[in-house]
Amino acid sequence: MLTYVLRTLLRMAITLFVIVTLVFFATRLSGNPVDFVLGDGITQEDRQLLIAYYGLDSSIGTQYWRYLVSVFSGEFGLSFLERRPVADIVMERAWPSLKLLLSAVSFTLLVSVPLGILAAIYRTSVIGSVVMVIAFLGYAVPAFIIGILLVLIFAYTLNWLPVVGDGSALHFIMPTLAISGTLVAAITRFTRNAMLDVLSQDYMRTARAKGLPEWLVILKHGLRNASITLLSVIGLQIAGLAAAGSVVVESIFAWPGIGDLLVRSAILRDYPVLQFGVLSVAVAVIVINAVIDISYAYADPRIRLAKG
Amino acid sequence: MTEPVLDVRGLRICFGSHEAVKGLSFAIHARETLALVGESGSGKSATALSILRLIEREGGAITAGEMLFGGDGTVRDLRNLGDGELTKLRGCDISMVFQEPMTSLNPVMKIGDQVAEVFIRHQKLDRAAALKAAGGMLEQVRIPDPLRRLGQYPHELSGGLRQRVMIAMALACRPKLLICDEPTTALDVTTQAEILTLIKGLQAEIGMGVLFITHDMGVVAEIADRVVVLKDGEKVEEASADDLFRRPQAPYTRQLMAAAPRLGSGSETRAPGSGTVLEVDRLSTRFGARSGLFKRKREGVLAVKGVSLTVAQGETLGLVGESGCGKSTLARSILRLVEPESGSIRLNGKALTQTSRPALRESRREAQMVFQDPYASLNPRLPVHELITEPARIHGLVSRRDQKDLAAQLVEKVGLERDSIFRFPHQFSGGQRQRLCIARALSAGPKLIIADEAVSALDVSIARQVTDLMLELQRTDGLSFLFISHDIAVVERVSHRIAVMYNGEIVETGPTSQVLNHPVHAYTRQLLSAVPSLRH
Repeated sequence: MLTYVLRTLLRMAITLFVIVTLVFFATRLSGNPVDFVLGDGITQEDRQLLIAYYGLDSSIGTQYWRYLVSVFSGEFGLSFLERRPVADIVMERAWPSLKLLLSAVSFTLLVSVPLGILAAIYRTSVIGSVVMVIAFLGYAVPAFIIGILLVLIFAYTLNWLPVVGDGSALHFIMPTLAISGTLVAAITRFTRNAMLDVLSQDYMRTARAKGLPEWLVILKHGLRNASITLLSVIGLQIAGLAAAGSVVVESIFAWPGIGDLLVRSAILRDYPVLQFGVLSVAVAVIVINAVIDISYAYADPRIRLAKG
Repeated sequence: MTEPVLDVRGLRICFGSHEAVKGLSFAIHARETLALVGESGSGKSATALSILRLIEREGGAITAGEMLFGGDGTVRDLRNLGDGELTKLRGCDISMVFQEPMTSLNPVMKIGDQVAEVFIRHQKLDRAAALKAAGGMLEQVRIPDPLRRLGQYPHELSGGLRQRVMIAMALACRPKLLICDEPTTALDVTTQAEILTLIKGLQAEIGMGVLFITHDMGVVAEIADRVVVLKDGEKVEEASADDLFRRPQAPYTRQLMAAAPRLGSGSETRAPGSGTVLEVDRLSTRFGARSGLFKRKREGVLAVKGVSLTVAQGETLGLVGESGCGKSTLARSILRLVEPESGSIRLNGKALTQTSRPALRESRREAQMVFQDPYASLNPRLPVHELITEPARIHGLVSRRDQKDLAAQLVEKVGLERDSIFRFPHQFSGGQRQRLCIARALSAGPKLIIADEAVSALDVSIARQVTDLMLELQRTDGLSFLFISHDIAVVERVSHRIAVMYNGEIVETGPTSQVLNHPVHAYTRQLLSAVPSLRH
């Protein structure tokens, strides 16, 4: 088990290094930043001076080396616009995003796993069909439509919920629902399918033959096995959400999150912020993946043995 | 005689509109073993699941009859019990051991917890006490090192050990009735003998009645006191085991007995053949060896250790040994589906080892394989005419236009109807599917067919038909077979010579009659003595 965890962490470190490198070269591809920052009204001499000042006249290898050194010593530079360390700017924004993510994920799991189990048990009756229709609708409607509908109903017409910012618990309700819509639909479907596979397994019959009541058979023997399949799907969905999924919803509700920040700094060409923002999101995704990998091995002893 | 533990009267079970059991009656007393015998589809398992009232879960329904459960003064009809009473009864007074030890245990729960669950549920013990009781139970079913096993997961145990765990779970509350549904069918003969002895021993200890379901008359002779023979959901004969074997009344019973593979029932004489088709010389295959940047270096396991054997043209060599002895690895190594570590293989005079990929492909045409599981080895999405001609297509032996003609010829050859080529695998029974697998192997025009446990998943009478087909093909086409099985009685019927494999090595080879009548190696003698015999 320990070897497995260590190997997962090592893989995570390698991925991280590759991403750091990719981010460096991808940002260099978009041209000389001096041109964007200072515009046209600058003399040739001043331009050369600035290029030398930013270290852009040294070879790409040297630049890359300096970049690596600063990344690993935690120096990510200053924002072009705000003249503050980018790390501060991004970290201010990361926490609201993380809160929203956690709230959406917990809501999703609380709703979709029980729904999926119900849909699997009552697959032939009305309950199962109703759940699946709702799940399908949720899957078909994009998050921004749900978001706008929610704003129309609960803020504009009924005036029950606040729309802008993350000031109170009430502020969380609509963004959470908007993000969870698709997620609930997807995970309900996956839970149902995973449970259906498990329900027909021989060991479920064994559990019943032991005299366990049905709810215990489903929750103890069924869900634990279904969770192996579920974990990988949930991990992928959460990672996807962390990467880009909440950008649109954050814009709708003016959520002071990282998605909103990334969009703004891309439009305004604030490269240091963009660069660091992309890196932070990548780190988040990698960490989520590693956590899922490790919990996967925890859920399935066969993986532990094979990989440990 | 005392009143029976279970008295079943006029039981009828339906799956949709199909009636699987048609008015079955039987009774089981304490300390008695009643065998319910029949082929698959005869309604034996449906009967077993009905007694536990689990049949509704499988889509069936009990439409008529009574199932009176008693033995201690109170008599209850199992049909009338509610869910609460049933869960109290299941696993406590009536328990069951299933056929598939591989899949019947929860793969993500420790053995100890799975056994302890029964104690927690029915005897209201706390977890620590239940685990202690579970350890005692594992000891009682003679699992070596029981305390260590408590912390292990099912995949760390062999099939035989897993079945012992199932038995431990079933007997934890000392039930009045134990239902065994083909508990040894998935096990090899030596393990089967051990499990049967175990069940008999525990029955004497606990004094429960046993309902033993099987298709194998050999097993019936080993274990049963009384026998009910079932055909298409109806009882065709009921008698004490002694009477049944001495004077079987129903023609169907006699048919079942004749189909059971029996030692000493004679083997084929050597077909006139010339030349050697397969020559294997000191072949070794290692598993799990690895060396690499991020992985620990490992020695691996030598699964096949310096095996040498030959198969002549038109000859069948039977390869026997228990599961895990390296039989399948040897078969795969011969076709280089796994890479052998050392040794040489010559097929039809051409060396297979150290051959280039194209030459290897050509050689593979001459040696085809038939696998154990006819359900898993046919692609469910392909119609039969594409499925069975695929090897011929791959080797460019047939054009797309002639494919259907070839398919029709092949299915006729294996005894299926011509128009079955437009159907899909799921529309065939197990035996028919294995015929399709043989047809697929034949399509490439092979010289040698390697049959890896090809009939082990089939009922005895169906298995008989499939082996008869193989013999027929051998007579008409002069095919050679390498016939692999754990069941020495099946091997005997088809083989000219037998090779006995033990622990990766061939310990004995010789003509069939010589190996069976004058076994030299101790392991061969052990294998032979484990075969259930009909001589009662």
